[in-house]
Amino acid sequence: PMHQQSRSESTLVIAEPSSDESALAPATLSAVTAASKLHSGPISLLTFASGSASVPAGVSSVIQAKAEGDASLLAETVTNAVVAANEKHNFTHIVTPGTKFGANYLGRAGAQLGVSPISDVVEVLSESLIVYNEDTFVRPLYAGNALAKVVAKGDGPKLISVRPTAFEKAEADSEPASTETIDVSANELTEWLLESVSKSERPDLGAASVVISGGRGMKNGENFAMLEKLADKLGGAVGASRAAVDAGFVPNDLQVGQTGKVVAPDLYIAVGISGAIQHLSGMKDSKTIVAINKDKEAPIFQVADYGLVADLFDAVPELTDKV
Amino acid sequence: MKIIVPIKRVIDYAIKIRVDASKGPLGVELKNTKMSINPFCEIAVEEAIQLKEAAAKAKKGDAEVVAVSIGPKQCSETIRTALAMGADRGVHIETKPDVRGDYIDLQPFGIARLLKGIVDREGDVDLVLMGKQSIDSDCGQTGPFLAGLLDSPQATFAASVEREDDGSFVVERETDAGTETIKLKPSGSPAIITCDLRLNTPRYPTMPNIMKAKKKPCETISLEDMVTELGLDLDDVLVPKNEVIEVYEPPPRKEGETVESIDDLLGKLKEKGLLS
Repeated sequence: PMHQQSRSESTLVIAEPSSDESALAPATLSAVTAASKLHSGPISLLTFASGSASVPAGVSSVIQAKAEGDASLLAETVTNAVVAANEKHNFTHIVTPGTKFGANYLGRAGAQLGVSPISDVVEVLSESLIVYNEDTFVRPLYAGNALAKVVAKGDGPKLISVRPTAFEKAEADSEPASTETIDVSANELTEWLLESVSKSERPDLGAASVVISGGRGMKNGENFAMLEKLADKLGGAVGASRAAVDAGFVPNDLQVGQTGKVVAPDLYIAVGISGAIQHLSGMKDSKTIVAINKDKEAPIFQVADYGLVADLFDAVPELTDKV
Repeated sequence: MKIIVPIKRVIDYAIKIRVDASKGPLGVELKNTKMSINPFCEIAVEEAIQLKEAAAKAKKGDAEVVAVSIGPKQCSETIRTALAMGADRGVHIETKPDVRGDYIDLQPFGIARLLKGIVDREGDVDLVLMGKQSIDSDCGQTGPFLAGLLDSPQATFAASVEREDDGSFVVERETDAGTETIKLKPSGSPAIITCDLRLNTPRYPTMPNIMKAKKKPCETISLEDMVTELGLDLDDVLVPKNEVIEVYEPPPRKEGETVESIDDLLGKLKEKGLLS
């Protein structure tokens, strides 16, 4: 890209923990793609994993953070690692996945680096420095009902989180040219006690190419088994609206929307979901949207490519049988 | 125990905002639009009151809940809502009418500095409880930013909060994969906790409590005076570090169609190559 380099530019991408140590998390791969649009300088990857995963082309070095006495990745620990890596290399840009993992420490890292972070970047305009002579990004406001073009001002590294669904996943197929380790000081402020993780054989909700979501219309948690059956046939993931989570049908990590996960699969099937602003915010960038709802006035039909007005308890089993 | 609850006045969550290009490049209309307390802030107020009630019930001393809001004069109504729910007093940092809180002018970088100033000014703050994000700017940064400025222990996306006898807070927090439970240990700085939707169901203020709230103290001070008092740099607070040069509507989706049956739907999806 056309670029006036006033000083040598370099980016640090923070790798989010992956369930598979030999592969980078999908959100990290999207962050690398966003990073590659910033400038033509080198990209480093900060990881807490001890396994050696292959990296996307363009990632020249891996910085392995060794946090003493703290197996989990609390915000204080991650921030300490980011600050330590930046002190050593003086990056011009720091990019983090816009997931709960990233959101947890983005602000804290901003405070400690003395910079103002930009959350949930959906487009990097920095490639066109003829038009935008400073780093310029697009980010959503108001549950995605408005987009803002934002110029990153101020000294210090440009710190951004990127929405994973807005960038293709970079292909990880090479070895990094260099690997170094940094020691991260222990976090004395917080102590990790335990976790409760939903286990599923289905693909990760944030990265699945097919998502079937249920809402209040599902009536109870047991009925979600219907959606799981359809998801298994389509190789997809199951999601939910806030109404379904609030009613206790399914755990919160399945929530799609402004306050849950943002998804953009090839195919999104909304079942018994009315389509509140907050839900649409998390799925309206899906390539194809199907809505099944018995209320023909439901707002979900305004964003659906294909809408079927029907009782979901008839339609979903029939659909599952026929695919 | 002293708890500070920062609250924000935002466009009501049920309103679908429109971008009006005729209003200029930053044209989201705020005037004549229904405004309410940010839903996550309401949850934070409720949680603070529940912690206060729990401490009283267990005879573990009194707690004071201070609601703080930064914004135009109408923010005093937002503070009254918190007082009617059970907060003890309010602090309103009043901005000039044309200062926008929806990311255009006020951004987390400045807001967190003001909040740190309030924490220092109040002294002996045990906990800052706040929403995980505001539904207008959708940044989700202010809580962790404040924690970074104060070097405080933090927990974001809280789904449950318990106070232990030693003054630590045990928080179950939402993660990408489920939940995790962490302990925020007592330190020289207040614990910072941001609230997720599942944490509680906020109470409705009753009429007697609304009347009582009118007599509760609420200090109002202009942002400029507060910045001077706190010894902050006005530019750090009021000049956005990330300049918004344009706000526009996302491209509309192509109009969809109604299908009559599952067979019809399957036909369309196969045609598009989405199913084999």
